[in-house]
Amino acid sequence: MNLAIRDIRYHRGRFILTSIGLGLLLGVVMSMGGIYRGLIADALAILHANKADLWVVQQGTNGPFAESSRIPEDIKYRIRAVPGVAEASPLSFQTVQIERSGKPFRFFLIGYELGGFGGPPEIVAGRAIRQKHYEMVVAKAMRMQIGETIHLGLHDYTVVGITGKIVSSSGDPAAYVSLADAQDIQFKKDNDAIRNDRERITVNLAAMPSLSPSQGRYLQQNIAAITESTHTVNTIVARLAPGANLQEVQARISRWNHFKPISDAEQSAILAKGMIEKARMQLGLFRVILLVISAVIISLIIYTSTLDKIRVIATLKLIGAQNRVIVGMILQQSLLMGVIAYAIGYGLIVLTYDKFPRRIVLEAGDLQMLFVIVMAICMISSFVGIRKALKVEPAEALGG
Amino acid sequence: MDKSMYAIVVENLTKVYGKGETAVTAIADATFQVRPGELVAILGPSGSGKTTLLTCIGLINEPTHGTVVIDGAVVADGGWHGGIDLKRMRREKLGFIFQAHNLIPFLTALENVMIALEINHLTRNEAKGRATELLASLNLGHRLNNYPSALSGGEAQRVAIARALANKPKVILADEPTAALDTENGKNVMALLKKLAVENHSAILVVTHDHRMVEGFDRIFQVSDGRIIDEHNKVAAGRDHVG
Repeated sequence: MNLAIRDIRYHRGRFILTSIGLGLLLGVVMSMGGIYRGLIADALAILHANKADLWVVQQGTNGPFAESSRIPEDIKYRIRAVPGVAEASPLSFQTVQIERSGKPFRFFLIGYELGGFGGPPEIVAGRAIRQKHYEMVVAKAMRMQIGETIHLGLHDYTVVGITGKIVSSSGDPAAYVSLADAQDIQFKKDNDAIRNDRERITVNLAAMPSLSPSQGRYLQQNIAAITESTHTVNTIVARLAPGANLQEVQARISRWNHFKPISDAEQSAILAKGMIEKARMQLGLFRVILLVISAVIISLIIYTSTLDKIRVIATLKLIGAQNRVIVGMILQQSLLMGVIAYAIGYGLIVLTYDKFPRRIVLEAGDLQMLFVIVMAICMISSFVGIRKALKVEPAEALGG
Repeated sequence: MDKSMYAIVVENLTKVYGKGETAVTAIADATFQVRPGELVAILGPSGSGKTTLLTCIGLINEPTHGTVVIDGAVVADGGWHGGIDLKRMRREKLGFIFQAHNLIPFLTALENVMIALEINHLTRNEAKGRATELLASLNLGHRLNNYPSALSGGEAQRVAIARALANKPKVILADEPTAALDTENGKNVMALLKKLAVENHSAILVVTHDHRMVEGFDRIFQVSDGRIIDEHNKVAAGRDHVG
């Protein structure tokens, strides 16, 4: 006869309520694990979407995600000429926050070269960008409709396509425009600023008597062209030809002044370890604290339940029950509570994880590990009750 | 004396709690025998040592001195007899009945009896058959699936008796079995114990301070300050204490 099951059956209300409470706690533990995995998945989403072998960024930086990186767009031609490089494409990244329907609207804007790579990984509705200007593809999470317009920088952009769930390392949904548009949005000055700059240059050049008027005009045009140029990008991504040696390509680009080649693996490490390390530690600490709280709760419940059964245990001992009968009853109750609480927590997370504002990624390995930990906690927690039970004397069954 | 003809043999049993100046003698030099089929009472006021005597015979409390023999097996001889398996002895040779019935609250009447049988290694089906039979014989056939909380005091005590009898013990030890019952139920329980003692050929030793119940006993030991001060036959006990 299974005494643990019989006791649970008799006290099912109390047992179910306790298990639900514990299950909610375990659900939070699971969600925190899922949030951590989601952070990694989000951080690496753009990396995985690009499928680049190499990220060339500004020297001395870990850009373009971890730090600001600005390099001239035309370096793409030089990179394409490196032996082993199959293709190279410039990319621009910026976080944009505007107001939409009276609420802050934040997204991660990616500019890519039409015909190059680094654009939307898939189009789930509408079409890809075809024109060089004023078209936009947005992530589904932005909840925009095809044909809807949005004002960025100096111009309006029309949504022509919807891409899947792609987000920045901060979890902001991504939107795509052509590289030229992204550069305009990021770097182009407004008309007043341009006029002011030109006048300042004109005045400065006029103050140089050694320049003839035609030399002054020539210089003014060239200086303005440089200061008004938007041909800057945050990174150039490159894919290698089959059989090319990544280290050799990296070594060659490293020798150039002002540029730093980062491999995809290094970029993953920067994103996954560098940028979300603190979040990982924070979440890890919370998980440990919650598991300790769960252990304390299970211990207290089992201990209290054992105290409630002192007379039952004494009676069992008096009628000759072996210790394993009593130990089994307490241990099985503890393990059953763990299993049911785990199932409740799991059910809760499965039903709600897609409603979290940030991505929750539930990995089978993490869940299995948590199950093992919960079972271990239940076993350890039941020792307090078992110790108490084994100390009960049969004589305690006597008396009124 | 041929000890094998007795269910219980107690010789010079002494139980001392504590040591030195704080030592308290709970039982001093108790000597008696109980035959199979006998219903014997240990009568005395609270604190007289009668429950201690019961626990020493019931293999719960280790005697300080003296000998205890249960069904021909020496279990105590100036402390527990070497190599004795107390739990096994309790399981196989002894049955216990308590003042507050001590039924397990989360088991039904049937399961409360079955547990004693399963602990003694009977299969589930064997245990169920025997428990059902026992409860039916005690007029509890209609209460098999009721929890103790749904049973009356008398019914609960009869379930407890069924549990004590389940493994056909040679000795049944009852601690104030009628204390929580009204007079009528108490008398019914005593009549039942008397019947079972005869039918099962078990020795039944009942600790009580309830003078209302002395009529049914074969013998009564009067205990005071840890000593058996008198032994009555049932007629004498009835005349001395009832009323």
